[in-house]
This record gives sequence, C-alpha cells and structure tokens, in this order.
Amino acid sequence: MFFESMLRVIPGSLEQGLAYALVALGIVISFRILSFPDLTVDGSFALGGAVTARLIFEGVSPSLSILAAVISGFTAGCLTGLLNTRLKINSLLAGILMMTMLYSINLRVMGRSNIQLLTVDTLLTPLENLDMNRFIPIILFFLVVTVVVKLATDLFLHTQIGFAMRATGDNEQMIRTLGVNTDNMTVMGLGLSNALVALSGALVAQDQGFADVGMGIGMIVAGLAAIIIGETLVGTKTIQRLTLAAIIGSIVYKMIISIGLRLGLAPTDLKMATGVMVILALGIPALKKEKEGKLHLRGV
Amino acid sequence: MLKIENLTKTFNPGTVDQKVALNNVTIIIERGDFVTVIGSNGAGKTTLLNLISGTYLPDGGRVVIDGIDVTRLPEHKRAKYMGRIFQDPLMGTAASMTIEENLGMADLRGMSRTLRWGVSKSRSENYQRSLKEMGLGLETRLKQSVSLLSGGQRQSLTLLMVTLTLPKLLLLDEHTAALDPKTAKRVMDLTQTIISENQLTAIMVTHNMEQAIRFGNRLIMLHEGNIQLDIVGEEKKAFTVQEAVKRFGATLKDESLLG
Repeated sequence: MFFESMLRVIPGSLEQGLAYALVALGIVISFRILSFPDLTVDGSFALGGAVTARLIFEGVSPSLSILAAVISGFTAGCLTGLLNTRLKINSLLAGILMMTMLYSINLRVMGRSNIQLLTVDTLLTPLENLDMNRFIPIILFFLVVTVVVKLATDLFLHTQIGFAMRATGDNEQMIRTLGVNTDNMTVMGLGLSNALVALSGALVAQDQGFADVGMGIGMIVAGLAAIIIGETLVGTKTIQRLTLAAIIGSIVYKMIISIGLRLGLAPTDLKMATGVMVILALGIPALKKEKEGKLHLRGV
Repeated sequence: MLKIENLTKTFNPGTVDQKVALNNVTIIIERGDFVTVIGSNGAGKTTLLNLISGTYLPDGGRVVIDGIDVTRLPEHKRAKYMGRIFQDPLMGTAASMTIEENLGMADLRGMSRTLRWGVSKSRSENYQRSLKEMGLGLETRLKQSVSLLSGGQRQSLTLLMVTLTLPKLLLLDEHTAALDPKTAKRVMDLTQTIISENQLTAIMVTHNMEQAIRFGNRLIMLHEGNIQLDIVGEEKKAFTVQEAVKRFGATLKDESLLG
C-alpha cells in the first residue's frame, strides 16, 4: 500500500520537479555562485507566468511569450542588483523590495489576479494531444529543457566572465584587484538567475494551464529546500555537481511533498513543512558542530 | 614611476574618533625600486597601500603611475598597473575555485573578460611549468580546489598569480606576517627572487624592522601618518637594527617593531 502510493507519485513528481528545477538552478546562481541572498524569486517566478499568460491570451505565439518572460525576469533580477550595488540597499532588502513591487507589476501585466490558458494552445498542447500517456512526452520535454539549461550554465561558469562571476561570490576583494567590476557581475548574475526563474514560471503556467499572481509565493524557500536536498545527495565539489544537485534536489523535494500529501499532510500546511525542512537542514549542522551552517552569504 | 604627492587621509573627520591616517605624505619611487615601509599599527602603512590601490580615495593629494593620474580611478580600473598581496593568505585567492582557475583569472589582470574559456589548454601547461619551478609540488594539483591548500601554499600561489602579468607595481601588505616563521621565510625568499628576476617595482609594508632592513633598496618609516625616516641605497645598506634602536628607540620599543 505504501509502496504503491510511492510509485504513483513518481510521474507527477518528475514532471513537477523538472518544471521547477530551473528555479533551483536560478537560486544556485544567486545564493551559491554569487553568495547573494536574492529574494526576488517569488516575484520573478510569477512575473514569468504572468507575462507568458497575458501574451498567449493576446494571441502571441507561446514560444515568443516565453522569450518575453525570460527577458522580463532578467530585467527584474538586474534591477535588484542595481538597488544593491548602485543605491547600496542591503541585499535582502533589495530582493524583498523587488518582490513586493513585482506583485503590483504582475497584477498590471495580467490585468487581473489570474489568467486561464485551458482553452488556448500552449507550447505543451501538442504534447498533451499525442496518442500516449501524457506524462511521457511532458516529462521528456521538461527533461530536455532542464538539461540544456544546466549544460549551458555549466559552460558559462567556465568562461572568463563565468570565472569572474564565481570569484565575485567567493572573494570580491581579490577579483576586484584583478580588474573586474564586481558590481556589474552581481547585476548580471542576478539577471541570469531571475531569467531562469521566470522561464520556469512561464513553463509551469503553460503546463498547468493558468497563471496566478500568487503562484510564486514560497518559491524561494522551496527552491532552497531543493538545493539543500540535492547537495546532500550529489555533493558540491564541482560546478557540474552543483547544478546537477539543483535538478535532483528539485525532483526529490517534489517526491517528498507528494508522498507527504498522500500520507495525509494538508496542502495548506505545505509551506510550513517546507520551512521546517530548510530550518532542520541548515540548523542541524550548526547545533552539531556549534558553528555556522553551509549557507554563507554576503551582506547578511 | 610612482609619484605620491601630498597624500592625505583622515578617517571619521569631525567626530571624537577622528584619526589622521596619512598627513601630507610625498614619496617618489623610481622604476625597479624595492621599498620597505615600516611602522606600528596606525602609522598609516596600510592606508598608504589602500590609497595607491584605490580601495578608498584620499582627502587630498595625487597618485601618479608612469605619468597617469590614477587618484580618482576605481580600484578595478587600476588593476592593470598593480598587483597586491594581502596579509591574510585567504584574501589573494578564490577558495572554491581550482588552482588552475585562479591562475586563469590572474592571467587576465586588468583585461576585459569574454565568453572564451577561463583556462585554455596552452595556458594550463604554462601554469604547470611555473608551479613546478616554485617547487611546492602544486604542479600535480592544478584541478584541486584552493581551499585544500595551506596558508603558505596559498600565499605562494598568490605570488605566482601576480607574476603572470608582471604589473608595473607590486604591493605587499605584510604578506608573510600571518605565516609560521619557516613558511614566512620561504615565501619571502620567493618574493625576493620574483622581484629581482623580473625587476619589479615593489612596496612592501612590514611590522618587522629586521625584515625591513634586510630587503629592498629603500626604507621608509611611518609614524602617525608622517614620514619619520627615508633612507636609500648605501645609507640603507649601512643601516642596522642597533642604529634604529639608537635613533628611534623609544618609539620602536613602544610599538614592538623589533620582534
């Protein structure tokens, strides 16, 4: 009975996990690569969904609407970076400000609090209509997208600019004495991070058939939970592992949640459960070794 | 080569914590000079380096490198002129990145960075050769994370990173002070070799009178933001710790510069 319910959650968790994996990848860039605790994510995820939904609703092609969503997410991330680097607003506060303002922006973008896409064609509609179990093509689609983005991120982080970005998070003083404008690196990195988050929001909106202004709430905590789970399973030794950990972690996180729901966890308690998961993961090492956990951040 | 003119810096001006870190200091350094700067805590040594490198801006005065006024340039735009090594061995390298990746970044000092690979194959072989010459056994560990290295190894790697691009000016900020005596000696010997082999212009800040006397061709002693002693060439060669004690005994003892 227990194993049967375990097996049943696998296809759904794979779909969900892969769809949300790009959020975790985005958070890897901000939290792990740049050491910047960026809370824009809750807003930029919904922004991606809002932009794609409104454009599709207005008759724009689904793929073009995704491009627009990515660009809008990139812009939102850059703005958070500018708040921090140019206006010297604390990193956490900069993200919270942006996230809060995005709530209004997202309502403006959609013109109301949600848009249904069930009656219009999305990027995923042709896949839904194939003559087979819907999970197979959908999961394959998300798998391909996620793997392509992961590999592109890995490659980027091994270029000269990628090195400079990693060093900005690791040792800002050092890379500045080597001639890198670390402010620009922070802005660009947050842009990339939120572009991935918005891409995820857009794909999720098209997959579930609607966008909602509240769809991003709790995204940052869920993403962190995914990263922590993934890093425990995969390790953090190389960039390739770090990005793989985001994907694996995202899938395992969704699996844990689905199993929890099947075992009687109320959907309303989900965010509580996720938060507790993150607190335990971050807190236990601190209690054990009487020192700070693994999350090391700038400006906090 | 380096002209420091009437450089002045006051911290917390107008408050009870007001502190004049540098008071109208002028120093002209010739190409190939190796200047040691000695002084106690608060004498203005590190402030001097921070103003040269642009970590912060002076209240007055100018910094001119090879005729180019860099006084108002932000830190990252001066990078092409100078390399800097800090007291804390952790500050010169990015710990989460590999030895090879750190060298790759240093190779591009002051240059614009593109989407080309951060470490090219041919450069990697070059790094391996340079590491081998250093004789610390790091040549087989190119792909290992720098966090696995000891303080002395990290400081030596930082030295190598500076020499990849041979900047006009090398700034050493008590770079051996945090190391154990044996490692400190090895790093200092390596520093001496690199400076003389490449005829670099260098400024070394130190806390240790013996070190300040033994190295370099010019010695500057700072006290409360002013130059107290500036000797060069033969006069510097003839200078001894005993002489220093005789002339500045009281200050030196108070400030434990003889240790």
